[in-house]
Amino acid sequence: MSLWEYANPQKFMTLSRRVLPVVTALTVICLVTGLTWGFFGTPNDYKQGSTVKIIYLHVPAAMMAINAWVMMLVASLVWLVRRHHVSALAARAAAPVGLTFTLIALATGALWGQPMWGTWWAWDPRLTSFLILALFYLGYIALWQAVDDPDTAADLTGVLCIVGSVFALLSRYAVNFWNQGLHQGASLSLDKQENVSDVFWFPLLVCIAGFVLLFVTLVLLRTRTEIRSRRLAALLARERMG
Amino acid sequence: MMPDLGKYADAVLGSYLASFVLMAVLVGLSLWRGARVRRALAEVEARTQMEMRAGEGKVDG
Repeated sequence: MSLWEYANPQKFMTLSRRVLPVVTALTVICLVTGLTWGFFGTPNDYKQGSTVKIIYLHVPAAMMAINAWVMMLVASLVWLVRRHHVSALAARAAAPVGLTFTLIALATGALWGQPMWGTWWAWDPRLTSFLILALFYLGYIALWQAVDDPDTAADLTGVLCIVGSVFALLSRYAVNFWNQGLHQGASLSLDKQENVSDVFWFPLLVCIAGFVLLFVTLVLLRTRTEIRSRRLAALLARERMG
Repeated sequence: MMPDLGKYADAVLGSYLASFVLMAVLVGLSLWRGARVRRALAEVEARTQMEMRAGEGKVDG
C-alpha cells in the first residue's frame, strides 16, 4: 500500500471520515488538560510573574504558524511535481489555520511584550519576520480567491508558498542570523540552561500536542470541505452545459 | 480556584480571551462552510441522479 493512494479523493474522504472523530477527541483532551494545567496548576515565574502563563498559548501558536507553512510547502511541492489535487486542496485548507495561529502568536506576543519590554511592538528580527509571514498567509489566501481556474490557482499559490518559506524559516531562525533584538531565544531547547523549567515544560508539551492535533483536525475537516466544493463546482458546470 | 495573577492580570486574561476568540471564529467558520457545502452538494447530487433516472426512463420508454 502506497501513501500516494490517499491522493485519491475518495480514499482520502473514507480515511479522514474514520480518523476525524479520534483526532478531534484527542485535540479536546490535550487542549483542555494542557491549558487547565498551565493556567491553574503552575506557579508564577520569579522574573515574569503571572505573564509566564501566556507561554501555553504563545509558543504552541508560534510553532504551528511556522509548521503550517512548512506543511503547505510540502503539499504545494507534491502538487507542482506530481499534480495530486488533494495535496493542493490540503495546502489551501491549511492556510486560514496557519494565519489564525500567526495572529494568535502576534497578539499574545504583544500582550506579553508590553509588561515585560515596555512596548507592544518592536522591529525585532523575529517579530518582523512573523509579521511578514502573516502578510504572506493573507496573500496566499487572496491569490486562491482571485484566480478562477483551480489548477492555475494551485500553481501560482504553490510558487508563492515556496517564496514565503524564506520568511517562515526566518521567523524561526532570525535570532541566530541577526542581533538578538528584544525577543528571547528558544523556549524549548535540548540545552538544559536555555530550556524552561520542568514545572512549565510538561504542561507546555501537552499544549503543543493540543495545537498540533487542532491543526490536523482542522486541516482534515477543511480539506474534506474543499474536495466537496470542487465536486460541487464540477457538477454545477456539467448542469450548465446541459 | 482562580490563581493570583497580580498586576499582570489584564495581559494574561487578554491573551487567553484573544486566543479563544480567534480559535472559536476559525472552528466556527470551518464547521459552517463545511455544512453549507455538504448540503449544497447533496442537493445537486440528488438532482443529478433524478435527471439520470429520467433520462434512462426516456430511453427505455
